[in-house]
Amino acid sequence: MTDVNSRIETEIQSQDVVVFMKGTPQFPMCGFSGQVAQILNYLGVPFKGVNVLEDMEIREGIKAYSQWPTIPQVYVKGEFVGGCDITREMFQSGELQQLLSEKGIATSTAAA
Amino acid sequence: MPMDAREIEAMIRQALPDATVEIRDLAGDGDHYAATVVSAAFKGKSRVQQHQMVYGALQGRMGGVLHALALTTGVPQE
Repeated sequence: MTDVNSRIETEIQSQDVVVFMKGTPQFPMCGFSGQVAQILNYLGVPFKGVNVLEDMEIREGIKAYSQWPTIPQVYVKGEFVGGCDITREMFQSGELQQLLSEKGIATSTAAA
Repeated sequence: MPMDAREIEAMIRQALPDATVEIRDLAGDGDHYAATVVSAAFKGKSRVQQHQMVYGALQGRMGGVLHALALTTGVPQE
């Protein structure tokens, strides 16, 4: 099991914002993954999509890694932020924008 | 075998006896629900931790028989 965790670690550290999702940023294959991609695109935040549909080992491994049973999963600077609900809630309350700026990640719109 | 709203509510209550639980069936297919759970046990916990507590109450069904559970959690108003 360790090598899937090290593969996950590599993915998580590979970019500021990483989303384990179903499908790709351009073609999300699930409504919830699509919502997360939409929010990040709206904020102009570049992110790396890891398509769990193409990698069953990561699809299951990520759930154990983060103790979170569903996909999508959002990571900012290596830290698990949440799934679709939490990301949307944080976006609506402005917490997401605050977290991103605290981590030195620029967002294009000054979305309040 | 999708889940029934009452079953979800019962499981959450079993783990969080003081919780007020409100379940909405989003798609009528037993697979897509929204739930609002308010419990004093969430006090001081981050959103991620609160949701993990609810997922824990569902004993592994989340992501399995239960495909989607849009969660809103909170602490009772003082």
